[in-house]
Amino acid sequence: MQFDKPATTNPIDRLKVVGQPVHRIDGQLKATGRAKYAYEWHDPNVPYVYGYPVGAAIAKGHIVSMDVSAAKEAPGVLAVVTALDVGERKKGKFNTAKLFGGSEIQHYHQAVAVVVAETFEQARAAAALVRVEYAEEIGAFDLKDAMKTAIKPKDVGGAPPDTAVGDFDGAFKAAPVSFDATYTTPDQSHSMMEPHASIAVWDGEALTIWTSAQMIDWWRSDLATTLDVEKEKIHLMSPFIGGGFGGKLFLRADAVLAAFGAKAARRPVKVALPRPFMVNNTTHRPATIQRVRIAAEHTGKITAIGHESWSGDLPGGQLETAAMQTRLLYAGENRMTAMRLATLDLAEGNAMRAPGEAPGMMALEIAMDEMAEKLDIDPVEFRIINDTQVDPEKPERPFSHRDLVSCLRLGAERFGWSDRGRPASRREGNWLIGLGVAAAFRNNLLVPSAARVRLDHEGVITVETDMTDIGTGSYTIIAQTAAEMMGVPIEKVVVRLGDSRFPVSAGSGGQFGANCSTTGVYAACVKLREAIAQKLGFNSEDATFENGEVRSGNRSVPLAEAAGSEGLAGEDTVEWAKLADSHQQSTFGAHFVEVGVDIATGESRIRRMLAVCAAGRILNPITARSQVVGAMTMGVGSALSEELAVDVGRGFFVNHDLAGYEVPVHADIPHQEVIFMDETDPYSSPMKAKGIAELGLCGVSAAIANAIYNATGVRVREYPITLDKLIGGLPDVT
Amino acid sequence: MSKMHIKLTVNGKPVELLAEPRELLIHVLREELSITGPHIGCETTHCGACTIDMDGRSIKSCTVFAAQANGANVTTIEGLGTPDGLHVLQTMFKEHHGLQCGFCTPGMITRAYRLLQENPDPTEEEVRFGMSGNLCRCTGYQNIVKAILAAAAELNAVKEAAQ
Ligand code: FES
Ligand code: FES
Repeated sequence: MQFDKPATTNPIDRLKVVGQPVHRIDGQLKATGRAKYAYEWHDPNVPYVYGYPVGAAIAKGHIVSMDVSAAKEAPGVLAVVTALDVGERKKGKFNTAKLFGGSEIQHYHQAVAVVVAETFEQARAAAALVRVEYAEEIGAFDLKDAMKTAIKPKDVGGAPPDTAVGDFDGAFKAAPVSFDATYTTPDQSHSMMEPHASIAVWDGEALTIWTSAQMIDWWRSDLATTLDVEKEKIHLMSPFIGGGFGGKLFLRADAVLAAFGAKAARRPVKVALPRPFMVNNTTHRPATIQRVRIAAEHTGKITAIGHESWSGDLPGGQLETAAMQTRLLYAGENRMTAMRLATLDLAEGNAMRAPGEAPGMMALEIAMDEMAEKLDIDPVEFRIINDTQVDPEKPERPFSHRDLVSCLRLGAERFGWSDRGRPASRREGNWLIGLGVAAAFRNNLLVPSAARVRLDHEGVITVETDMTDIGTGSYTIIAQTAAEMMGVPIEKVVVRLGDSRFPVSAGSGGQFGANCSTTGVYAACVKLREAIAQKLGFNSEDATFENGEVRSGNRSVPLAEAAGSEGLAGEDTVEWAKLADSHQQSTFGAHFVEVGVDIATGESRIRRMLAVCAAGRILNPITARSQVVGAMTMGVGSALSEELAVDVGRGFFVNHDLAGYEVPVHADIPHQEVIFMDETDPYSSPMKAKGIAELGLCGVSAAIANAIYNATGVRVREYPITLDKLIGGLPDVT
Repeated sequence: MSKMHIKLTVNGKPVELLAEPRELLIHVLREELSITGPHIGCETTHCGACTIDMDGRSIKSCTVFAAQANGANVTTIEGLGTPDGLHVLQTMFKEHHGLQCGFCTPGMITRAYRLLQENPDPTEEEVRFGMSGNLCRCTGYQNIVKAILAAAAELNAVKEAAQ
């Protein structure tokens, strides 16, 4: 199916199942502990053995030699495979860092060996016996230094690194009110609860692998490249995934090590990355340094807006696109954005939930708050004054649908925004209380997605697609889509996901999964409807699918009967024509936060949060709400505690476990509310839905920062806002 | 490494096994007994994914040697309900959508099970503090708290009706 015109009325609009608060269909399996994750494919008939990784102890340089003799002789050891043994390997398409192979060390904890033994304990003990001699080289680890030699990449994910409209410098100088500040965001860790894990089983040249992958086809292609086997020979599965947040988008070392280990040991091998290995071995969200400049008239109308961002990555890597949203979010005739890439020899920087916008909004939305204060205009009003219904860099391109203003107004009303006072003006006992606001913004991305739908003689609809459910609720919304399209109750739908034998889907990433994968299912259902109609001699245009039957004129046939003993199937791929060229598609929202800051300790506590989201049709309010609340919570971590601390001497992230990398716990998050605007976006897809999972994170940390400023009068521009950054500026305890 | 003879009760069934002194209870449960409901998120006592109930206490089973469980009575998520007869906490986690990826869920429910015995009628705040040793990166915790409070209410109503 080519989606090349805005959607008109279609069977999804019936909203009998889609858009309803359907409980997740995998809830039972998960609540009983029976959902099987990557490391758990226990087959009592398969004698699994265990692989344990060895990580590089230096950040940059070469392996001179490796001595594995002690490891090989250790009890239970079946094989030791080193990076030197497997030699240089071709790197897959999606990673910057090499995962395994060859003598070069690009970053700390890069995998240099895997030890395979009969038991986990034997493998771990033997891994500690591997001796490696390195030739260490000097690396760059400090973004503040490295930014001086940062380069301008040719393009950033298909977009230019710089944009300029009008005369930014002139307008900035000429404006009556202007503002210029620099912000920093730290390196962050996805810290999903399930560590990367894989089980690899070889049968001759064919490899079966269970792993924890957000993108089945990307992993499969890259694994084939790295192992140098045919892609068709690899069967890769991830039916349940314990969270990803971008950390499982691309092939990871556990899969490569399991495959090499299994080959060498001639046994099925399980490898899990130990938690303390994950941070420096895998990817993270790179730190940024961002300069935001805003100039405006006294009325609050922005006349110039500029956003520059610096981030680092390994040579050949990519930058964090933190200035991207500033091209689209606010009006202003004179504008500039620029993004630069520094070379750093830390682990690979790559996508984490809402790459670009998440850190970009952390800076931009504090700057908007600061500018509003300078103008003495309420920050909600300041944003509304500068709303735009067109792409401000290309005014001939309207937004497909943009209702940021309603999000701000409704949120302000529901949250009691009018109670907000001047900075440091409200105190309850030891608590300084403040309110903060920020806009939310994240683009809507469109990725091809395919599915296969079968109808059997019992009237059961089975959907197969390699889409993954990383916790988002894909199983459920796909079942809803198929149920709606085929006119059956959701109990009649079986959904099978995360298997490379199924048609290639959009996968889970960039908040495009829900809209794109359900559209793929929609397209396959259209094909199945046609096949059913054709078999019955109905005109598929006027056949109605309802109550488990297909009806045309006064004839109606139960689906089970229509299927016959053979059953019927439909398969299709949605391809996205260039609708997005003429219309900018984005999602919008507003975050409101109330915090308390302890006047004595400087400790910040969230008191309540509200997000109002405008993201097209909400396919399932239960799963969508949960996505937003989860994202808001991640935003609390990002505002208050999450930071990978860089040892700029040795070149690694020091706090590489859940002890030192602090994510929010139950007691940190007292009260959260989410409101969805009732809207549809016919430009996005026949589902008229857009993404939501990342929108909830964009802007929320800035809303917290702004609330802390309102509480204390102390402006912190370096995330996370820990107590040491506040304490010196707090009022006296009296 | 010489193995130790260990006897324990797991989900009501007596189990005897040989384990090395260095083997963690979580590994024995998962790899030897195929009880994979308790998960491994960190192996350093921080995430709670491996939470089990041992002799009337919530235990992070990544921090206990199997040998320390000798003679113990262990309950895991698998022992809390059956597919046909869910424990009320399991039902409430489902109904209140107290899970997304589900990786933290077995540990979460097992901890909540003990929390409600320690404190059968907790306030929201007591739930939040009592559950803070169990991390969830997906849900934002709201629905987990709701599910636990709903389960407490349900259990108390049943108790009251019985009196
Ligand atoms: S695995 Fe035991 S607390 Fe995390
Ligand atoms: S549901 Fe994913 S970690 Fe809790």
